[in-house]
Amino acid sequence: MRLWLGLVGVLLLAVISLFIGVIPLSPRDVFTDPEATRLMLTSRLPRTLAALLAGAALAITGQIMQVLARNRFVEPMTAGAGQSAALGVLLATLLIPGAPVWIKMCLAAATTLAGSVGLLVLIRPLPPTQPLLVPLVALIYGGLIGAAVNFVAYQGDMMQYLQVWLTGELSGVLKGRYELLWIAGVAAAATWFIAGRITLLNLGDDVARSLGINVRNVTAAGLLAVSVVTAMVVVTLGAIPFVGLVVPNLVSRRMGDNLPRTLPFTALIGAGLVLAADICGRTIRAPFEVPVAAVIGVVGAVLFLILLYREPRHG
Amino acid sequence: MISIRGVKHSIQGKPILQDINLDLPRGGVTALIGPNGAGKSTLLSLIARLQPLGTGTIRVDALQIGSCSDAALARVLAIMPQSAQISARLRVGEAVMMGRYPWHRGRPGKRDGEIVEETLRLFSLTSLADRFLDEISGGQRQRAMVAMAYAQETDYLLLDEPLNNLDIAASRHLMRLLRQMADTGRKSIVIVLHDINYAAAFADRVVVMREGRIVADGAPGAVITPALMADVFETDAKVHLVDDRPVVLV
Repeated sequence: MRLWLGLVGVLLLAVISLFIGVIPLSPRDVFTDPEATRLMLTSRLPRTLAALLAGAALAITGQIMQVLARNRFVEPMTAGAGQSAALGVLLATLLIPGAPVWIKMCLAAATTLAGSVGLLVLIRPLPPTQPLLVPLVALIYGGLIGAAVNFVAYQGDMMQYLQVWLTGELSGVLKGRYELLWIAGVAAAATWFIAGRITLLNLGDDVARSLGINVRNVTAAGLLAVSVVTAMVVVTLGAIPFVGLVVPNLVSRRMGDNLPRTLPFTALIGAGLVLAADICGRTIRAPFEVPVAAVIGVVGAVLFLILLYREPRHG
Repeated sequence: MISIRGVKHSIQGKPILQDINLDLPRGGVTALIGPNGAGKSTLLSLIARLQPLGTGTIRVDALQIGSCSDAALARVLAIMPQSAQISARLRVGEAVMMGRYPWHRGRPGKRDGEIVEETLRLFSLTSLADRFLDEISGGQRQRAMVAMAYAQETDYLLLDEPLNNLDIAASRHLMRLLRQMADTGRKSIVIVLHDINYAAAFADRVVVMREGRIVADGAPGAVITPALMADVFETDAKVHLVDDRPVVLV
């Protein structure tokens, strides 16, 4: 029931998104005016789909990362994975400029995976009694990789490209330039098959193993999904923060952590959040645009503060 | 039968277990007791393959620990680890359903639902089924964890200090349940206990450990004596027999 409500809400947002933009467009034009049809198919529809795909995938993989890190305040985009993705695509652009796009993608995904594994290795020995150490270490870790990215970009005279990967925005989304996000969408959707096992990881390694879970394989599969999604989003849109942090926390607060049940909601809310933020970014000071990452940064930070201060005793 | 042969274990060069040989036949309640640091929990987690086994062999029925698959063992043996602290926000009913995982592998069927219902009823958790684990009392949470291990429907059930956080009523309730499972459900229960009197009152057999070795093994009446209290626990306490069961006066 609630799932249907969410679905209707996101569909409504999608319809709004399709008809908002610099060029006015009415539903009738789309079917009568060939120019309007073209605009719809090459710009508005891809942009809306990109927001939905990225939002859903980021929210899902944020949730998965939080289980793998055993900490609710870790988010791939800010905890090293996002920066590693930027590093990967930067290195690819510098070292193998002529390589086809898919090779650059794979390299970005690989560095993202390495960055995520590095994070887990780094935070595993931290004492579970100090839950705030994990996000602190993650933040510093992300900052370090970010600094390396800046250094490489400065040396390679690529600072202007860097902004594209570090600030997520959707204004550049056109047909033919966003399709990689479908890979992110598929990777995120595939996690549904391991959602039950990931939930069991959340009970602790000992309990998971005693229930017959292969902890290592499930962790690896989860990390792979996190890395693919982060890399694809960073490369196509740029980094979008907070989605993977706020949405899973919201959902967990209301519905718990039984992922096979909650992941559909996580996906819907993530998709809705990014799309709504993009709609805001397009309308606040039209005809100019505010990057979606900036809008989410503001909204997400406020939402997160509210979440933190309403943290129940046992949370 | 769980059979343990020549098991040694050390952590960072420090010997934790030495020359452990022990047979735990099917059925009954076996209590592992001993002072802190005796290696009881380590032994339990070695049997449940939660730590890699170095020297020696452990077999659970036909399964050899270390070479059998986790999934196969999960249908034969369940463990409730010590202070199983769960940070996940799960409802009690959901958590108990997790215990069914070795059987449904992610697709709970009707039968799993029935077993969960039955388990919740048995552990008096039915009214709490929809509450989150972090919203109930420590004792209730502990009971839910045991229920989860029980729902795994294994022949062997290992429990590491399940009476932590439990008051006397809850402790008695849980021990009676375990007793009943051993008597009528033909389960074999191995339980690490701190309170010797609970071991004496409910166990068929008591295995006493000290400094990584088994120092006594037998029926509570034969094992729990003033001499053992003085020798192993370094406690000068009287032991009385009440209803043919030894009671340590603390």
